[in-house]
Amino acid sequence: MKNILIGFITASVFTIHSAPVMAENNAANTLMKSYQSHGAMVGNAKNGEKFWNQTFTGKAPFVERSCKTCHTANLKNSGEHARTGKVLKPLAPSVNASSLTKTKKIKKWFKRNCKWTVGRECSVQEKADILAFIKQQ
Amino acid sequence: MKHPVVISSIIITAFVAMVPVVFSDDRREYRQRSVGVAPVSSPTYEEECSSCHMAYPPGLLPARSWKKVMAGLETHFGDNAELDEETFKNISDFLISNSADTSDYRRSRKIMRSLNSDDTPIRISETPYIKHEHDEIPDKLIKHNKKVNSLANCNACHSKAEQGLYSEHGVNIPGFGRWDD
Repeated sequence: MKNILIGFITASVFTIHSAPVMAENNAANTLMKSYQSHGAMVGNAKNGEKFWNQTFTGKAPFVERSCKTCHTANLKNSGEHARTGKVLKPLAPSVNASSLTKTKKIKKWFKRNCKWTVGRECSVQEKADILAFIKQQ
Repeated sequence: MKHPVVISSIIITAFVAMVPVVFSDDRREYRQRSVGVAPVSSPTYEEECSSCHMAYPPGLLPARSWKKVMAGLETHFGDNAELDEETFKNISDFLISNSADTSDYRRSRKIMRSLNSDDTPIRISETPYIKHEHDEIPDKLIKHNKKVNSLANCNACHSKAEQGLYSEHGVNIPGFGRWDD
């Protein structure tokens, strides 16, 4: 009886813990597939990391811009909105279970943040690479 | 002959009995109306806008201002804040139907009274009423205070801003403390 109970508890703990990971994979995988259907190769995390650290030029007061400007170099850390100072939750799924769980949200922020940081929308390949990089964190 | 008297006493009694009911239901809201601004009541607005900044109560700007803000989301105070069509409509409707010119809350009325009919500010901090309310506070406590940065950061000092309450009692300036006029 005790064993069954322990088994049950273990099973529920596993279910609870694995749920966000499943959701993360679903949203990120759905988008990854969509990028591939639009001509991208499988996301390359190394390229994604390079992109993350690349600096672009924008208007003052934020002449130098990169993903790091708001999200910092370490995705496990909280970020800070460059203009308002609002604290941003870490993007790394390993420390923030809600990261990469909604395709709508990922699409929205790619669009906004690529336009602000790079000055244009990111290509499907760039998005696939960045996504692969974030997923690893 | 007695009927009219009986009927009117019943009517009067009924009205008198209703008075406390009406008052107790509205008392909290009445108090808020007389001091604050209507708190944000749209989860979509709250979620979308507070990713970057406090979700400002719509009762702090007139509808014409909100329309102008929403028309420029691609360059929203230097940021890109584009929304998909459905969310855009949802938030626009919420802002317009709860704007300062539709509200009888105290702060909304004060802001509207401070504006000319053709003034269309897109910054709450540039409405004459809000400017006037903060004109005695030195820059070192807001602009040059790292934990505040700007008048746009309402809830850095107004601890009850998200409930729509902005009286001095709720003010706590980071690194400085309470502020009394």
